[in-house]
Amino acid sequence: MFDVHTALDGASFDGAIRVAELTGQGMIALRGDLGDATLRDAVSALTGHDIPAPLHAAWSGEVTTVWMSPDELLILLSYADAAGAARDLQGKLAGIHALVHDMSDARSLFRLTGPALRDTLAKLTPADVSPAGLPVGMARRTRLAQVPGAFFLRDAQTADLVCFRSVARYVFDLLKTAADPAGRVGYFEGFPEP
Amino acid sequence: MSLRLSTGGRLIDRATPVSFRFNGRHLKGVKGDTLASALLANDQMLMGRSFKYHRPRGVMAAGPEEPNALMGVGRGERFEPNQRATQQPLTGGLTAQSQNHWPSLEFDVGAINARLSRFLPAGFYYKTFLFPRPAWKHVFEPVIRQSAGLGRPPEGPDPDRYEHFNVNVDIAIVGGGIAGLQAALIAGRAGKTVLLMEQTAQWGGRAPVDGDLIDGGPAQAWIDAAVADLAAMENVQMRRETMGAGVYDHGYLLAHETLSHGVPEGPRQRLWRIRAGHIVTATGAIERPIPFAGNDVPGVMLASALRDFVVNYGVAPGKRTVIATNNDDAYRTALAVLDAGLSVPLIVDARPEVTGALPEQVRARGVRVDAGTAIAKVKGGKRVEGVAICAQDGEGAVTEEVACDAVAMSGGWSPVPHLWSHCGGKNTWDAAQAHFAPDPDRAPTGADGTAFVTAVGAAAGTLQGDVALGSATARLAALLDVSADAPAVEVAAEAPLAACWMMPARASYELRSKMFLDFQNDVKVSDVQLAAQEGFVSVEHTKRYTTLGMATDQGKLSNINGLAILAQELGEEIPNVGTTTFRPPYAPISMASIAGEARGEIFQPLRRTPMHDWHEAHGATWEPVGHWRRPYAFPRSGESVHDAVQREVTNTRQNVGLLDASTLGKIIVKGPDAARFVDMLYTNLMSTLKPGKCRYGLMCNENGFLVDDGVVARLDEDTFLCHTTTGGADRIHAHMEEWLQTEWWDWKVFTLNATEQFAQIAVVGPKARDLLHSLGGMDLSKDALPFMGWADGTIAGIPARVFRISFSGELSFEVAVPANRGRALWDKLVEAGEALGVMPYGTEALHIMRAEKGFIMIGDETDGTVIPQDLGLDWAISKKKDDFIGKRGQQRSFLAADDRWRLVGLETLDGSVLPDGAYAVAEGTNANGQRNMQGRVTSSYHSPTLGRGIAMALVERGPDRIGEVVNFAMTDGSEVPARICSPVFFDPNGEKQDV
Repeated sequence: MFDVHTALDGASFDGAIRVAELTGQGMIALRGDLGDATLRDAVSALTGHDIPAPLHAAWSGEVTTVWMSPDELLILLSYADAAGAARDLQGKLAGIHALVHDMSDARSLFRLTGPALRDTLAKLTPADVSPAGLPVGMARRTRLAQVPGAFFLRDAQTADLVCFRSVARYVFDLLKTAADPAGRVGYFEGFPEP
Repeated sequence: MSLRLSTGGRLIDRATPVSFRFNGRHLKGVKGDTLASALLANDQMLMGRSFKYHRPRGVMAAGPEEPNALMGVGRGERFEPNQRATQQPLTGGLTAQSQNHWPSLEFDVGAINARLSRFLPAGFYYKTFLFPRPAWKHVFEPVIRQSAGLGRPPEGPDPDRYEHFNVNVDIAIVGGGIAGLQAALIAGRAGKTVLLMEQTAQWGGRAPVDGDLIDGGPAQAWIDAAVADLAAMENVQMRRETMGAGVYDHGYLLAHETLSHGVPEGPRQRLWRIRAGHIVTATGAIERPIPFAGNDVPGVMLASALRDFVVNYGVAPGKRTVIATNNDDAYRTALAVLDAGLSVPLIVDARPEVTGALPEQVRARGVRVDAGTAIAKVKGGKRVEGVAICAQDGEGAVTEEVACDAVAMSGGWSPVPHLWSHCGGKNTWDAAQAHFAPDPDRAPTGADGTAFVTAVGAAAGTLQGDVALGSATARLAALLDVSADAPAVEVAAEAPLAACWMMPARASYELRSKMFLDFQNDVKVSDVQLAAQEGFVSVEHTKRYTTLGMATDQGKLSNINGLAILAQELGEEIPNVGTTTFRPPYAPISMASIAGEARGEIFQPLRRTPMHDWHEAHGATWEPVGHWRRPYAFPRSGESVHDAVQREVTNTRQNVGLLDASTLGKIIVKGPDAARFVDMLYTNLMSTLKPGKCRYGLMCNENGFLVDDGVVARLDEDTFLCHTTTGGADRIHAHMEEWLQTEWWDWKVFTLNATEQFAQIAVVGPKARDLLHSLGGMDLSKDALPFMGWADGTIAGIPARVFRISFSGELSFEVAVPANRGRALWDKLVEAGEALGVMPYGTEALHIMRAEKGFIMIGDETDGTVIPQDLGLDWAISKKKDDFIGKRGQQRSFLAADDRWRLVGLETLDGSVLPDGAYAVAEGTNANGQRNMQGRVTSSYHSPTLGRGIAMALVERGPDRIGEVVNFAMTDGSEVPARICSPVFFDPNGEKQDV
């Protein structure tokens, strides 16, 4: 779709870490009783994996599910699939109390890669991003300087980070500043990954 | 004279000279110097003037407690005032200036204050400048500000950047002396994550200077080994030049790291925000000065500082040093001075007998030690020339004078209790050492009631190397439940000190008025005594009355001496008087480090709509709305903003306009109880709304006041889409969640703030339908989509939801599309609309058009005290519902009263535009002699449609007074008459929007 433009059209930056906005990223917001069997089955059928534990993300293939709150999930999948998948999911959940909405355009997703990942995040968020506090697969909703944000680690040197679309430029500029190679901290690089 | 010694200086590299400038003079130091040591090496004893009396002052200390040697360092935009020369590393090309003098450091006009000192006692300002009151603002304050003041601000904006760094650790240790290192070794070996911080650039603290032997070798060897061991531990992080600034609840610790002393490549400073499982304060101790007359003359310094300068930097303040003490530790200074080849003509010891091992060593080297004696006064003005000696137990009768050019004083040591105390840790008076020390039984406690701070080493009151390492070892082992051995430390045994709060003990007033307690604020013994005599019995009150401890050093040297004098004067024991409150930061930190990364482009988040770049490229002038920037107007080349607004209104009324409405809140409310929920949120009856339809609604708070408005669309039986104001989106979403989570937790409703999912474009004007039809995809005819309806479809190939609602009175469609496709739709509308005369319009045109229609705006017609009934919105308040949020509030007598100010329109008799906020005056005056008021303007514009000024106003009984003329007060005292009319100025029957 030539007329689809993400907030930053896939901007990227290489510093102490690589920061890249992902284009073609879809998102579905789901609010409901995460313990409900119908809901769990419907979500697993869509995502291909079980609903993640609280404070965690789970992924398989191109689909990731992020636990957002005791009654909210964020499903990451391709932009092209999101609207249809949201309709299907809503249909499957018609019999129970749940809210499904395509939120693909509401947020921006950045992929962060590099060994200074934890040091870069620690400049912007008060969340514990130590290897013990943020193991691979744990998801945190927190703040990034002055705006809300959420992130999880896919591996020790790769994180996905989401923020609202309107502040994508601000968050990108924050990440660029925090990832300035001249501002290296060398703190978490010393800590062993568990 | 002060000088560089020919040998010694463990921190300096004599082979590497470093040039710097002081007050315009070119001077040379060596690598490793501090600014203070380099100035001493150049015989620059005079380093500043005091704040109040402008007395000449030299360096007093060698660390962060320094009160006198405050410098302006750097140039231009990197100029920093009030930097302590003792902590400023000497870097090539450094420029420094002394402070508090005019025209020069050597000759200072303000020094006249010293002559007037007897007229400037404690509480001088409070006593003197009371009357006449206006004189304070216009005469006294400007004069005082001119003569007072420490450093000047930098010139220009700070060019550097700063950052925060957030970490969570098991154990945070503040202080990298031997106690801190030992604590880190134990915690590190126990497998804890450890962050060890040291405020200076060197590990090890005082131990190498004091000559302690650890594990049979020099302290430095043990320190080097400890640092190497720690560096090898993956779970231990070490940071130098990082000062523990403050301890807060829940183990939160703030630390300030200096990254660059020159022009940084990266950030200049870093503020560490540490969440610690436990905080260990190994912050050491600070030596106390002794109050004797002239204890502030340049050349008088703390005994430990003099020792530091000799041992660390190979500089001395003089060749002949007289030492005044009440304890054995000061004799280490005598030994250091003798070892450096300098002479000690006399040691004045206040104790009646002096028999310790250290004094004996000094005596054995031929130094005269006089027990029971005191310094009566220091001779000299800008530098020490000698001392007059007297008996300690006397009034100051001089027995002899001794020539010298330096005086080292030691009144004993006080632990640094600041971080321990910030969060409630208490200190206990230790009479034997004459200091307050952290009381482990009264530590700051966390949420679980257990201590979260432990003091170790000298900071715990265990001053000597052996007991310092002992306390660090024992307390860490107990804290972590591990076993650990303290290294063996050999230190000379010290005989007890004798508290000495004044020299001599019964000094005359004349002497007491020259004994300085607080050097930076010029508070003397006589000032504290006067305060006590005038009834200031609380140490906190005395502090504020005399300014004791209120300078940038926050009383690091003056605190204990001051309260001892106060206790003496009150006839109280020192612990009964107590200390003042210790507050963060330990030493000043820059505001820039607190601001962190927030500067320039990232000073504040700027929220951008998908069309933001288009607006920017088309010359929009901006209006901030929350963190959004909305286009206020789109002035064309050569066009004023006012003209642009008028054009945008006219074009929208005659052709078609485009408004970026993406910022409006869009909250989805879904569930079996959604209808019931929106009935409670809104004053209207929303549950009767049919799917496919829209209704304008009002939201009130519990008090009944109007807090938000917007259009609600019913998407299906159990789903509503609630539009809010731009600024209200997050607030109203939180409001909904609060009610759902705290009050109606059993209602089946979910909400979702989908504001940013959609770009929303208002297509407004008589040609709006033509424009949308030209893009194709949806039938938007009156029959297919009637007024106040919505429909899903596709416009120009983009999935869209079209709301037929109007905030302008014109035919109007709001088109919501996925945000990532908003720009594409906008571009297509601009392109396709060219033939129809399409123009974008901004918020001001939006405001004028809604005012022409008499539509209210949250924040203009409301201010938190306005109920919907005041605005003539009774029609939107359901009488059929049992309850809604605000219903009961609105029934209170004063909200139901019929004399409330209510919404009307206003037409000025001369067609002019009333100032926004102007008040309608009434007859008579109120109890304060102010003119009575009967209303005020809430919105006011020049209407291009009507060709004159229009306004909305809240006027007492307004709707009952249509046609009446009321006067509005102008700021110049004149009054402008305006006629009350209906607030609907344009198309009162709403024919234009329903075509």
